Amino acid sequence: MIRANAICKSFAGKQVLSGIDLDIKPGMIFGLLGPSGAGKTTLIKIITGQLGFDSGDVTVFGKNVSDLTGTDKKQIGIMMDDHGVYDRLSCTDNLKIFADIYGIPHSKIISALEEVGLKDAAKKPAMKLSKGMRARLQLARVFMVSPKILFLDEPTSGLDPMTMKYIHKLIQNRKAAGCTIFLTTHNMEEATELCDEVALLNDGKIVDRGNPSEICRRYNHRKAISIHLKTGEDIRLPDGIESADKISSLLKQGKVETIHSSEPTLETVFIELTGRKLENDAEARYA
Amino acid sequence: MRNVAVIIRKQLKDTLKNKTVLIQFIMFPVMTLIMENAISVPDMPELFFTKLFSVMYMGMAPLTSVASIISEEKEKNTLRVLMMANVKPWEYLAGVGIYVWMLCMAGAGIMATGLPASVIPFYLGVMAVGIAISVAMGACIGVFSPNQMVATSLFMPVMMVFSFAPMLAMFNDKIEKVAGIFYTQQLKILINQMSFDGIKPSAVLTVAVNAALALLLFFAAFRKKGLE
Repeated sequence: MIRANAICKSFAGKQVLSGIDLDIKPGMIFGLLGPSGAGKTTLIKIITGQLGFDSGDVTVFGKNVSDLTGTDKKQIGIMMDDHGVYDRLSCTDNLKIFADIYGIPHSKIISALEEVGLKDAAKKPAMKLSKGMRARLQLARVFMVSPKILFLDEPTSGLDPMTMKYIHKLIQNRKAAGCTIFLTTHNMEEATELCDEVALLNDGKIVDRGNPSEICRRYNHRKAISIHLKTGEDIRLPDGIESADKISSLLKQGKVETIHSSEPTLETVFIELTGRKLENDAEARYA
Repeated sequence: MRNVAVIIRKQLKDTLKNKTVLIQFIMFPVMTLIMENAISVPDMPELFFTKLFSVMYMGMAPLTSVASIISEEKEKNTLRVLMMANVKPWEYLAGVGIYVWMLCMAGAGIMATGLPASVIPFYLGVMAVGIAISVAMGACIGVFSPNQMVATSLFMPVMMVFSFAPMLAMFNDKIEKVAGIFYTQQLKILINQMSFDGIKPSAVLTVAVNAALALLLFFAAFRKKGLE
């Protein structure tokens, strides 16, 4: 569905993307993870034809990105972090503009608002919506077009957990409907929950890629089991057959409060690979 | 052309809810009606307020509203969404330009209600030219400005010069000479005469040069900044 081969891009002599390769299959949720300034948004802009690149090639729907026609572009939905809505217009009027541009019947507007849970706010001016509702209005704008590919640039950035969960559900529904989704995020939990495949981007380079669980298993160097006892004591045992008797004995004695294997998270893998934290960078951005 | 019509419809809905832009369109027509009917001073030239406010209107309303609309869309990133939806830059600019021009012409129509019927086509023709040039000037500022604050700081002096110079020219000969290089002053002379009789070729040339300059600056701004 989307292929990129050795994409390089620089701004004013600074290399922003370096040798990016991608192969995103139809119907998958692909996550591009990285801290702010890693080049995530730049890559989306290149793949969607908003930005040129220095070398390499990008194909979408099997066509070179520069050869995409208006019809092709109408099958691509893009929700960028910084995209705005018309504040003074109601939710319905906001969607009506794009329904008219895309030639979509107005009956689809209500179903799109219903899908994102904004039916009751249909007549409310966008300026009176909360941040989460605005994000859902933006989603309704791209969902209404029924795109084959959906680009979501940090769709849950700065949202409360409830809204985040709601948006995750909407994204999963789209995937179930056959949509290919390209998601950028700095939220590791979000990536683990939603993505079939992720690529970890740091300083314009992909440092690793694969299924989130596979990546975590691959970097599971410690292979340990952590047990928190009811006495308050923490013990760590090797993750192997040699610990089976000890664990069994503790369980039989009813001493175990919690027990965990110690696979790394995507966050710890990222730190191991780059020496950088994702969330801290993101927090710094909102500070 | 469908996208141009969509932009016009969007602007119409938005303007009705945007008091700062809406007031630009209705202030002078309403003031004209009120002043023409309420004030009567001996020896005051006939249709004094209509002629005076018409020139101020053509130099102010289209310029400020086009610049405000474009710069607001840039600032709030809604213009980028339109471009992503495959609306071409020319479709957007044509939509905004046509919309503002039509709305200003409607305002001019209201201002023309006090004129003798025989001169109304002439008056509207002159206003159409002046409003079109101001639309191009406003588009130039809107395209050049990254946000509304920059647009306001640019269009305020430009608008003041074009709309107030013809009024000040009535009281000062030196200002009149300087104002002569502006299209608003030349069009004011035509509106005062309400006839093409005795029109000087230099006046036509001045208006043409102003129009050409507005277009040239617009294309230069568009080439440099695009609609990003």
